[in-house]
Amino acid sequence: MLDDRRKQELQQFALKIRIGAVEEFGARGFGHVGGSLSVADVLAVLYGAVMNYDPKNPKMEERDKLVCSKGHAGPAVYAALGLKGFFPYDEIRTLNRPGTNFPSHCDRKKTPGIDMTTGSLGQGTSLAVGMAMGDRLKGRNCRTYLIVGDGEADEGQVWEAAMFTAAKKITNLVWLIDHNKKQLDGYTKDVLDTGDLRKKFEAFGFDAVRVDGHEAGQLYDVLTGASGEKPLAVILDTVKGKGIEEVERTMGNHSMTVSEETCDRWIRGLKEKLED
Amino acid sequence: MKVIYDGENGRAFKEVLGETIQRLAEADPDVVYLDADLMGCINMAGWAGEHPDRAVNCGIAEANMIGIAAGMSAVGWKPIVHTFGCFASRRCYDQIFLSGGYAGNSVTVIGTDPGVCAAFNGGTHMPFEDMALYRAIPGAYVFDITDEAMLEGVLPQCVDLPGVKYLRVGRKSSPKVYEKGVRPEIGKGIVVTEKGQDAVIFACGLMVAKALEAAEILEREGIRIAVVDLFTVKPLDEELVAAYAERTGAAVTAENHNKIGGLYSAVSEVLGRRCPIPVEYVAVEDEFGEVGPQDYLEERFGLTAAHLAEKTREAVRKKTVKKQNR
Repeated sequence: MLDDRRKQELQQFALKIRIGAVEEFGARGFGHVGGSLSVADVLAVLYGAVMNYDPKNPKMEERDKLVCSKGHAGPAVYAALGLKGFFPYDEIRTLNRPGTNFPSHCDRKKTPGIDMTTGSLGQGTSLAVGMAMGDRLKGRNCRTYLIVGDGEADEGQVWEAAMFTAAKKITNLVWLIDHNKKQLDGYTKDVLDTGDLRKKFEAFGFDAVRVDGHEAGQLYDVLTGASGEKPLAVILDTVKGKGIEEVERTMGNHSMTVSEETCDRWIRGLKEKLED
Repeated sequence: MKVIYDGENGRAFKEVLGETIQRLAEADPDVVYLDADLMGCINMAGWAGEHPDRAVNCGIAEANMIGIAAGMSAVGWKPIVHTFGCFASRRCYDQIFLSGGYAGNSVTVIGTDPGVCAAFNGGTHMPFEDMALYRAIPGAYVFDITDEAMLEGVLPQCVDLPGVKYLRVGRKSSPKVYEKGVRPEIGKGIVVTEKGQDAVIFACGLMVAKALEAAEILEREGIRIAVVDLFTVKPLDEELVAAYAERTGAAVTAENHNKIGGLYSAVSEVLGRRCPIPVEYVAVEDEFGEVGPQDYLEERFGLTAAHLAEKTREAVRKKTVKKQNR
């Protein structure tokens, strides 16, 4: 369980991830704002308190691994990695510029610390299964954390991978479903209703829990719990665009065009929260 | 490479596949075998049952299987994946393209029952386009296996080769062409016979034996040709193709595949640029497959020695006309 001081540190780390992501969008003028902001808190808990890794040795065999299958949240992951020293932080501002190592979707061949290339939705799930099973068969003591979007759950491959995870009891793989309730064309319930995700994962054979995806204490507790007989699926109850009210209120916040001035204003707001 | 072709069939590919995969896995602790509910089709079910830490049955979920294999590659494994060619190509194309090739993972994919070899499984299971799809993946290797000796020689080389490797091979037996123990060099064609320089047949897979049969038919008519096995369809041995095109001035391609995107395309891409000569083809026209015995399907789609001989005569005739017009 986290004490108040640690919890506050992780909250601050999450704010810094949000600031970093907005700096990236501001430097380029557009990006996947909503889905990057919704995963900032879980990234903060993973990279701030849960995962075992070495920024100086990003390919360390027995490291914990992150597969952000909703690869468009790359800007948030880059901010987390930059803040943890995988590369000089300022490089993240080259997002989507020609020749950059920070493309809009995660690319393991370009960015130190990115454990898997993702972006074509659904594919990261099977890749994460393979990584976790591969580590287990090699006898390594490490976990793979998989972030999946709720809109991404429209993809059939997600459910092939989920069925496999449960059937083969891949308990060193943790599924984290970013249930921010929106996808590009609108609310997930309207585009293609995924129903009760917790019950679905439970029916597939997971231990499935639902937590506040913006609450560091709950996230930490569930992610540091002992591995059970069944693999764990965590439904993250989140808000798309979390942390910037203007983005939260914007219906179409999946991909946004944003001016540098707007981003500067958002960053000032986030920094004020940081100082509180 | 010693050629031992006499028309006799070798062992069934499925037996050779099973033995070779097992041998590779037992020799290299990083080799892992994945299948999508078709282990029994290549004699792997028994071994897989005894080696659950080295064999993974992914169920009937090919896209997931390719992703898992790619993920295992990322943490140090050398995956060999098997399913029928139709599923190994069409069914999981985006996965092998992105999770495999684009993401820099190394996966050896074996697609059995290519083209007419799918026989009684019919049109749904008959890939005439698998080579075209894999050829379009940047950096991928594409192999159309000629006989059992070649399979035993090529598959072990694939395991340590980085990137996406696709082998298409039947499950039944095919005529023996090469002596056991050969180690075909990847990316290099094989001159299987050179009776003369009237024309060259560039063949791959099951069409190599038919090309040798065609060469004998033509020899009886006084047309003497060379047969080159281009088992590595990608990367193609451009130097050998250009050299034999220049030497003969008339070429025919032969493949158990759609004329679009396979060997005919690959050879034409080279010759159009380096040595424009008359090029005929024996390949499936732009059609879907259908059900039937393999020998019926070979006739139906023109994949026969007689058709190959006819196309070769046509190429030689065009060469002669071209010379006369000069």
